[in-house]
Amino acid sequence: MMLEVANGKLIGTIPSKNSPMNQGKLCIKGWNAHEFVHSSERLTKPLIRVDGILKEASWDEALDYTASKLDEIRKEHGGESVAFLTSARCTNEENYLMQKLCRAGFGTNNIDHCARL
Amino acid sequence: MTNSIPEIEDADCIFLIGSNTTEAHPLVSHRVFRAKLKGAMLIVVDPRKIQLTLQADIHIKIRFGTDVAFINGLMSAIITNNWHDQHFIDERTEGFEGLREHLAKYPLEKASEICGVSVEDMIKVARIYATSERSTILYTLGITEHSHGVDNVKSLGNLAMLTGQIGRRSTGVNPLRGQNNVQGACDMGGLPNVFPGYQVVVDGTVRTKFESGWNAKLSGKVGYTIPEMMDRLLDGSVKAMFIFGENSVMSDPDTHHVRHALTSAEFLVVQDIFRTETAELAHVVLPGACWAEKDGTFTNTERKVQRVRKAVEPPEGAIPDWKVICELGTRLGVSMDYESPGAIYDEITSLSPVFAGINYERLEAGGIQWPCPSPDHKGTPFLHEGRFTRGRGLFHVIDFRPPEELPDDDFPFLLTTGRRYAHYHTRTMTGRCPSLHREFPTPRAQINHLDAKRFGLKEGDLVKITSRRGDLTTPVEPGDIVPEGAIFMDFHFMKANPNVLLGTSLDPVSKTPDYKVCAVRLEKSTDMEY
Repeated sequence: MMLEVANGKLIGTIPSKNSPMNQGKLCIKGWNAHEFVHSSERLTKPLIRVDGILKEASWDEALDYTASKLDEIRKEHGGESVAFLTSARCTNEENYLMQKLCRAGFGTNNIDHCARL
Repeated sequence: MTNSIPEIEDADCIFLIGSNTTEAHPLVSHRVFRAKLKGAMLIVVDPRKIQLTLQADIHIKIRFGTDVAFINGLMSAIITNNWHDQHFIDERTEGFEGLREHLAKYPLEKASEICGVSVEDMIKVARIYATSERSTILYTLGITEHSHGVDNVKSLGNLAMLTGQIGRRSTGVNPLRGQNNVQGACDMGGLPNVFPGYQVVVDGTVRTKFESGWNAKLSGKVGYTIPEMMDRLLDGSVKAMFIFGENSVMSDPDTHHVRHALTSAEFLVVQDIFRTETAELAHVVLPGACWAEKDGTFTNTERKVQRVRKAVEPPEGAIPDWKVICELGTRLGVSMDYESPGAIYDEITSLSPVFAGINYERLEAGGIQWPCPSPDHKGTPFLHEGRFTRGRGLFHVIDFRPPEELPDDDFPFLLTTGRRYAHYHTRTMTGRCPSLHREFPTPRAQINHLDAKRFGLKEGDLVKITSRRGDLTTPVEPGDIVPEGAIFMDFHFMKANPNVLLGTSLDPVSKTPDYKVCAVRLEKSTDMEY
């Protein structure tokens, strides 16, 4: 699939004629897949729950807080007490990193994804 | 898939079971149409009168959840009529005598009684599948999303080996997978029992290789599956959960149970592009980048690794997910210093022999199908040519087990679930595409028109559907697609999500939940507005 871009925004999808799978065709979802990309509902800032409410935070705050909470739980209860769900919508590289984070960081194989469902 | 999608159009017989291909995989269904034009026989096995049954030479209206009995019946007919491929069995397989003895206990009449298919139809299907030059099996979640899903898949494997319909072009056992990179997530070791490249965690030699590659001490104990993680959150042995690009609250069965499990977590992190129902429960939400905003690779259902290239920048404030994971990994003491996704891919191939010959430079010329063990290897369009991965293909002896929850006096209807053509899963993305929303704005439960008549229901009327786990209200769509006594629902809409109704009965091996069979009660709703 090729993407049509104008002024930094996606405006459409174009089927690839060279792709042996697509041969110039897309399904209804393929033809419209660009429409959600610039949705105003996209998340743009990390959120941290404070007093029961999700509040906007900076990347450093969110990453430091996440890492310190996970580290605390790892130290107190062991790596087996942490579980990861990786994503069938994300790239191979991201999935590889997620299972590496789980296995090398926490010494556990508690990682799974929606292929099971 | 053992074989490739373009090969489908050159099959002489397509045996399609548990797949609503025109809605869930429209481009694959196009190949099925082309095969038909070239003269292929199309056998559709499905309890519903799905669109492809209109093109089928034979539509087998099997009873829900009786696939094993049906396939055993077919194999019984094949052996009785000597349609099996004895040469293939002798040269390539083991365990045939065990299967033959087992099938002797499965006379056609018995199978026919269980699955509701006539003996004549079973013999006809058996003959066409076994004696066509190239027969291909296509299946989807109608085979796997059962409490006996593994038995179903093994049965299809038996059928293909028995007739030598595997290891050649346009044959094979072909699951059509549902997400753009569900194949890749498995390939990369996003599973509790394997490292990347399907190298098992219990193998000490494999573990030593990854320990030196990652400079970390690794566990040889198989981890928890998704349903087990939810149970362990509830008993307190799992304290923290990291959910990446998944909307578990909507997609997992028994919604009340899942919600309860996730709210029991001491610490829940969700990384996603939208504030999903699952993100609402998190302690930390990390914004991600979507498919058009980052570089990397995806692997399609035919094992083809393909490049995805960034077309636009993520919204201001969001960053590509691989960078987020690297930042976290580094903070947690894991070595994650990569310049680019290409550098990550090089590490993947250095540790996984099946992908060893693939790199970004080669992918510029087009996708490559693994196994691809060396840079001069062209990739593998179909598997099992000449030999199976384990050497000889093993026949499994499989008994029919009925689904765990069937209709009874209190819950007399059978509920089954699936996808609709305009939406993807929990509508996190497609619900925000105005064109797709306009196409399919509300849920619709398919019921048989005879049941509709009995309940005095017409198109769009509201019904209340209740199971042992919960209830929901939904508009109905009467017609002849589902048989009498059955209801079909999609799970795209939170306000009528059948996962509220489904149970948590699991396949004993794969731990896959039964999404296809559950007992419910139907009533006309007293709600006036939806």
